[in-house]
Amino acid sequence: MSLSRREFLQMLAAASAAGFALDSRSALSAAEDNQFYQIPAFGNVSLLHITDTHAQLMPVWFREPSINIGVGGSFNQPPHLTGEYLLRHFGIPAHSRDAYALTCLDFNQAARVYGKVGGFAHLATLIKQLRASRPGSLLLDGGDTWQGSATTLWTQGQDMVDACKLLGVDIMTAHWEFTLGADRVQSLVNNELKGHIEFLAQNVVTNDFGDPVFKPYSLRDINGVKVAIIGQAFPYTPIANPSHFIPDWTFGIQEDHLQTMVDEVRGKGAQVVVLLSHNGMDTDLKLASRVHGMDAILGGHTHDGVPSPTIVKNSGGQTLVTNAGSNGKFVGVLDFDVRNGKIQDYRYKLVPVFANLLKPDAEMAQLIDKSRAPYLDKLQEKLALTEDTLFRRGNFNGSFDQVILDALMASKDAEIGFSPGFRWGTTLLPGEHITMEHLMDQTAITYPATTVNMMTGAQIKGIMEDVCDNLFNPDPYRQQGGDMVRVGGLEYSCTPNASMGNRISNMRLHGKPIDASKKYKVAGWAPMSASAQGEPIWDVVAGWLRDQKTIRNVKPLTPSLIGVEGNHGIVSCAK
Amino acid sequence: MRQDRRAFLTQGSRLALLGGMIATGFLNIGRALAADWNSAAFTAKNMADAMAKSGYAGAAHSNDILLKVPDIAENGAVVPVEVTSHIPGTTSIAIFSQDNPNPLVAEFQFLPGAMPFVSTRIKMAKTSQVQVAVKAGGKVYINAKSVKVTAGGCGG
Repeated sequence: MSLSRREFLQMLAAASAAGFALDSRSALSAAEDNQFYQIPAFGNVSLLHITDTHAQLMPVWFREPSINIGVGGSFNQPPHLTGEYLLRHFGIPAHSRDAYALTCLDFNQAARVYGKVGGFAHLATLIKQLRASRPGSLLLDGGDTWQGSATTLWTQGQDMVDACKLLGVDIMTAHWEFTLGADRVQSLVNNELKGHIEFLAQNVVTNDFGDPVFKPYSLRDINGVKVAIIGQAFPYTPIANPSHFIPDWTFGIQEDHLQTMVDEVRGKGAQVVVLLSHNGMDTDLKLASRVHGMDAILGGHTHDGVPSPTIVKNSGGQTLVTNAGSNGKFVGVLDFDVRNGKIQDYRYKLVPVFANLLKPDAEMAQLIDKSRAPYLDKLQEKLALTEDTLFRRGNFNGSFDQVILDALMASKDAEIGFSPGFRWGTTLLPGEHITMEHLMDQTAITYPATTVNMMTGAQIKGIMEDVCDNLFNPDPYRQQGGDMVRVGGLEYSCTPNASMGNRISNMRLHGKPIDASKKYKVAGWAPMSASAQGEPIWDVVAGWLRDQKTIRNVKPLTPSLIGVEGNHGIVSCAK
Repeated sequence: MRQDRRAFLTQGSRLALLGGMIATGFLNIGRALAADWNSAAFTAKNMADAMAKSGYAGAAHSNDILLKVPDIAENGAVVPVEVTSHIPGTTSIAIFSQDNPNPLVAEFQFLPGAMPFVSTRIKMAKTSQVQVAVKAGGKVYINAKSVKVTAGGCGG
């Protein structure tokens, strides 16, 4: 976003008129903005961490969740803090740049003041700057990199592989990458990445003999210090995504094997041991309590922007657990001071990537332009205008999910709609055109078929209970790190702290209770079965948006929540 | 040639495994192949009945039975289960999937000197406890772990 000073001041006036009390000093002071990225180097071993960029090469809007409920041991603990609870816990001033990056508070106004986030050209400038003061540093990518945009879907991940090589990624692990299919992943790893990016996963083995599919770890020398990075792919890939993409591989957390790997690298002299993980933060916190010898887990998957690490004590001492958000919005910077064979101290900073504070890197900008050029016409097609903020992230329906559900139900003439609870998907501000690119940001997957099924009330409840348990099971090892399935047409109540099979109640369609034995017409998309056929979701929604022309008064259907009093993962963010 | 290895294993695994066990003398051929199939135990429709009919009723909890199962099954039709008994004098290991239509899934018998270790795959109807019972020195022991079986989808 490039603004003249005059436009900027007008915007500020509008923002304050809307009740957005800006911290005028930090917002207006160019000097402070210049210092925003002066992050003092520390120690002699530095790791830079990006994760879950979901192929967002261009700067985006991204609204953080208002609802991110923690249950069991996660109750009111990071990452299950939203809005002002998050700010208070981490001591972040309200209305600051950081508050805008980390919460949904005053999102629309703050967005207009502070601008878009991420973008690989801006990220490249920041990474170069950080690396200049941190010689020998490694750049680690936690995965979910080759999925999430139209261009990466249409190039089967090629645009992101090219961008990551230019960005200087040293090591990566994966999750959504696997939905490109085992052959494509193997081909990229064995050809394109060779000599550039090491692809690590200690927890992926063959179904038949349990042979490792990928290298489990990498031993690097950083300024004379031996550092081990171990890779942990998303353990539930064949469950959360269709297993037919990776029919011969099995995943899982593989705690025992991880401990063996940690012991092995320690035996080889590693003084710093770090797990590059796609487990999700709750799973990483539990893992850190049970596996010893890891100094840090640099985590992703759950898209939590967590400003400081959680310190987990275990039999080997302690492990720092981080999570570095999504969509290219943040870079995690972990600096260790290693002397006399051991870590003496550390510093961690989660650095937001503000597109209007960073000059885009020319070489990266050129590469991105080249990648996008063949598709520009298609990407820029304006489908409709939105008068509302459209977003996805949160435990229950976001407004963009509601648009998808409305389109799906209308097009398929269905009473009920299901849309997956993905955590990726960017945000639109009121007054923007919804382009094909925006729609693909919400839907670009390799199994986009729409489906229509007749289901009994009991079956519908069964599906909702199943997904709800994947979100709210008190044992993190039994969660999958997605949000609740987005439900259209159907009103319901949800009791996150109830046991499996007992969380969903008061299911009503047009005010009438759902009948367990009656059949209902249900539309959905993203089927798990390889044989499912159906029009891709983006065609269905695009057609509907073109007809609508303007989107307004979107009412995301969220369940009535039961038994969540005092939960600091729930705030209300004005639309 | 992994493809060939897989094809070979799929077709020949049962025979090869059985042959190996006979060759090393670990399997009591008479008992394994005789017609004394415990039909009452394997067709029992609930856990208590299945345990009673297979002779494991009243088993005491033991952490010396090590049980390796996934927290969430990748495929409920083939859930990997690995059992090691550290209880001295173990003569049999039985695997139950508590909420299956017929909970008793398998029973393995061991002659003296055989290492009480089993690695197999079981079919699970839905999320439930996998119970593993052991006979040793005329006594019975049990340990359990829950395995989640989910329809999946909607991840991350």
